[in-house]
Amino acid sequence: MSLLSVRDLVVSYPTQGGPVPAVRGVDIEIGTGEVLGLAGESGCGKSTIAGALLRLLPTGTEVTGSILLNGEDVLGMKPRRLRAVRWTETSIVFQGAMHALNPVQRVGEQIEEAIVIHQQAGQREARVRVGGLLEQVGLPPRRIRDYPHELSGGQKQRVMIAMALACSPSLVVADEPTTALDVMVQAQVLKLLKELQRELGLAMLFITHDLSVLIEVCDRLAIMYAGRIVEEGPAQSVFYESVHPYTRALAAAFPAIGEGRFRKAPSGLPGDPPYPQDLPTGCTFHPRCPLAFEACPHIDPGLFEVSPGWRAACLLLDSAKPVLEGARIPGRGP
Amino acid sequence: MRPQPTSTEPLAAAPAAHIEAPKEPPRTPKQIARARRKAAAKRVWREYRKNKMGMAGLIILGLFIFVAIFAPLLASSCGLDPTCPSTGPQLQPPTLKYPLGTDDLGRSVLTLTIWGTRISMTVGLVSTAITMVIGTTIGLIAGYYGAWRETVLMRMTDWFLVLPFLPLAIVLATLLGPSFYTVIFVIGITSWPATARVIRAQVLSLKTRPYVERARALGASDWHLVTRHILPNVGPLIFANTVLIVAVAILSESTLSFLGLGDPLHTSWGTILENSFGAGAPFAGNWWWVIPPGLAIVLVVLSFTMIGYALDDILNPKLRAR
Amino acid sequence: MSERTRPAEQAMDLNEAAPLLEVRDLEVTFAGRVGLGAGLVGRKATVSRAVDGVSLQLRQGEVLALAGESGCGKTTTARAIMGLEPPREGQILFQGKPITKRLRAYRRKVQMIFQDPTGALNPRQTIYESVAEGLRIHRIHHGPNGETEQELVARALSRAGMRPPERFFLNYPHELSGGQRQRVVIAGALVLDPVMLVADEPVSNLDASVRGEILRLLLQLRDDLGLAILVVTHDLGLAWTIADRVAVMYLGRIVEIGPAEDVLTKPLHPYTKALLNVVPEAGGLDRPILTGEPPDPTRIPPGCRFHPRCPDVASGAARAAGVEERCRGEDLVLLELRPGHSAACHLAAFALGKGQAATMAPPQG
Repeated sequence: MSLLSVRDLVVSYPTQGGPVPAVRGVDIEIGTGEVLGLAGESGCGKSTIAGALLRLLPTGTEVTGSILLNGEDVLGMKPRRLRAVRWTETSIVFQGAMHALNPVQRVGEQIEEAIVIHQQAGQREARVRVGGLLEQVGLPPRRIRDYPHELSGGQKQRVMIAMALACSPSLVVADEPTTALDVMVQAQVLKLLKELQRELGLAMLFITHDLSVLIEVCDRLAIMYAGRIVEEGPAQSVFYESVHPYTRALAAAFPAIGEGRFRKAPSGLPGDPPYPQDLPTGCTFHPRCPLAFEACPHIDPGLFEVSPGWRAACLLLDSAKPVLEGARIPGRGP
Repeated sequence: MRPQPTSTEPLAAAPAAHIEAPKEPPRTPKQIARARRKAAAKRVWREYRKNKMGMAGLIILGLFIFVAIFAPLLASSCGLDPTCPSTGPQLQPPTLKYPLGTDDLGRSVLTLTIWGTRISMTVGLVSTAITMVIGTTIGLIAGYYGAWRETVLMRMTDWFLVLPFLPLAIVLATLLGPSFYTVIFVIGITSWPATARVIRAQVLSLKTRPYVERARALGASDWHLVTRHILPNVGPLIFANTVLIVAVAILSESTLSFLGLGDPLHTSWGTILENSFGAGAPFAGNWWWVIPPGLAIVLVVLSFTMIGYALDDILNPKLRAR
Repeated sequence: MSERTRPAEQAMDLNEAAPLLEVRDLEVTFAGRVGLGAGLVGRKATVSRAVDGVSLQLRQGEVLALAGESGCGKTTTARAIMGLEPPREGQILFQGKPITKRLRAYRRKVQMIFQDPTGALNPRQTIYESVAEGLRIHRIHHGPNGETEQELVARALSRAGMRPPERFFLNYPHELSGGQRQRVVIAGALVLDPVMLVADEPVSNLDASVRGEILRLLLQLRDDLGLAILVVTHDLGLAWTIADRVAVMYLGRIVEIGPAEDVLTKPLHPYTKALLNVVPEAGGLDRPILTGEPPDPTRIPPGCRFHPRCPDVASGAARAAGVEERCRGEDLVLLELRPGHSAACHLAAFALGKGQAATMAPPQG
């Protein structure tokens, strides 16, 4: 049974010019112990999804579709049940997590707060648990008494992870957890996350713009563009044998050092990721797509199957449409 | 197996295939800049018009400015002179001839209030001008140069900041004789430190912005940096600050005049109140002598505040754009 | 101007002997603050040695990447080169002359590209004004062939990939995307016809799919205009993509410098090796990762400044080679261990048979 099952999620933000869709119909499926990576650039809607899962989006945001957590409908939950579910079944490591710590409260107390709020333990017992949590994330327990400014960036991030694990959730959503960190610290934190995931059997939704990071940690990968998923499948396949032109371009932005192919050959896409208010017609990627053809500005592709468990939203994959003479279908060979 | 790097033409953001011919003879950059500024001002005005509070404030203020300018046309100045034939019976409640009644010397309170507008607004504006000029200059120098200049100027600012308003006013009035020049002086001296601190804080923050660094890396002189980059970005703050300071200045003038430190020979709202309270008007039930000047003060201050709020909303700029 | 239109390679041959930019023993320090209590008892402010003896050379038409983590001093070095940070010691020579003399003229020839394109543009200035600013500061009213200011601005925008340039004259920065803003910053740098660019993390704030275009632009500028480019970055992948030479910095010093292919595929210094190891997908997270945080420039370890975190010291490899005491106690400078490839490591020097402490070989690169 899937832990998380999202169907047809649509999230719109209210603006002066009317509601703007940040997420335009997304399906996500995460099983117990599975790690799904969600990658994309600014404006693609990935952070919105993180907020939508626990209904943490600002008031006025319209959310439609279905979000089932352990079979329970999150969007229909009563506030009490929602509060109970938040953190105990699913927790979030936020973007800019390092700034999510209260600067005038000791870090130990902040982690305790999560446990005590959910009445999982009294204060004394909570304190013991916090010590254990800090150890689990690689910090000495005496750090309980530190204030956030006494910790380095990497250490604060570890505290955030400890906080996310405080109530033993089954699903952890990590939204850009390593973005502001140095490469070395980033590697340490990623290693920690991977170990914790294995030890605790956590399911994870790992959201980031850094595709190369996802390869390390994820089983499956979903690439988002302009509010939709444009490719999803096994991590290795999606990254190394990408089918969707956007995924290929994104992957090419993270060159492998040592491969001569990438020397003096920077590659990127022209133009910029589109603003949600101003989406192109048909396939939203077509203005920047190197493989666009006549049908692309007119038809909005759904997800076509590349192979079982691997789908991409590109008209070139639509076997029902006549293929142009000589056109190379990416990923399918000559 | 890595995907091939996609090689695409370095396309600019604009898909236009042709260069649009300029619609008019090519303008010099100065003309372009001026046209742009005019367009920006029009845009601000259009935004401002939508703000109900701002428009209300503007209308009220406009009314008072109109009254101040056209005072001689609205009420003869002779009405300020108790010996003038236009004076009527003393302490009379409002009638048709004297719509706001008369004071204890038989002068029309309406005339007094109208003429009072002139002094009150003038004092308010002049003292604000002094405050803003001194405060901005000091704030700018202290914030931009830092080091010893900042230390000296900020200590000086602190000194002036703690000068007590009322005792200073009283002392100066005694030394220099009560007049509106004294009032202007006092208000100016005691208000500029607050402005200086605010401006300095903003300059400090602007100084470290990347575009200031970039200009410096391009080789800009201090003068260029201050006039081209720092001042324009401090501008909105100065403007909003000014509006609020005028309100405070007018209130301060009224206070000082009410306490007898203004010029007894000239009429301002504060002196009217001073006279009326001195003659025991509130207790004798002569409300028409008390309420008009008081109401005028409240309305003017309110109008400035409303304008200030509206400006704040509008001039907090491109953060609202997306 | 005709010299500058020759392709980069020809320019490099011509200037083989004379580097365009030379930095010698640069030191930049920052004084920290002391708390009131500590100050009263006489404790001195902590001194942060952000740049602690850096020497490098940059030739015309060359792209040099200055790489390292935060706190290593790369940005401070770049700023010192731009004259934005006064050095405590050392010299910066441009075309043979110290930059402190005639700083203004120097600033015409050397331009900077900033990390944050949004912050680098004055939000109240139009694109035209931002690009023309350099011309106005230096009071250049006409180009060398009689071009007007408008033509110069248009040409710079065009070269930076904003076409047609006139379309963007009246835009404000917030109306453009991140990639476009960076192009405007680049145009602002190009308008003065510089000889050298210093780019501080030019693409790290941009979306991944946009980065390639900006990097391609930089390479094109090098190829077409013969510009020398110093790129400061934490991303070794970027260095692999566009750099001719790479200098890796740690705690205020260059610890390895050489041709990009050599440094990034056959690294000599253990820190470079560690950095390359953690580049994602280099082999899974089970490879060795350095422990600890990027170090503090106010507390520089004695001896080799990397030794507390060095995997070779921790694993005993240094002891086995007999250099461990030197690692702990003897500070060292860059030694040329392979032709054109230098590193500051006792173990590497020992392994390559250059065990004696050598005088500093000028990093030929």
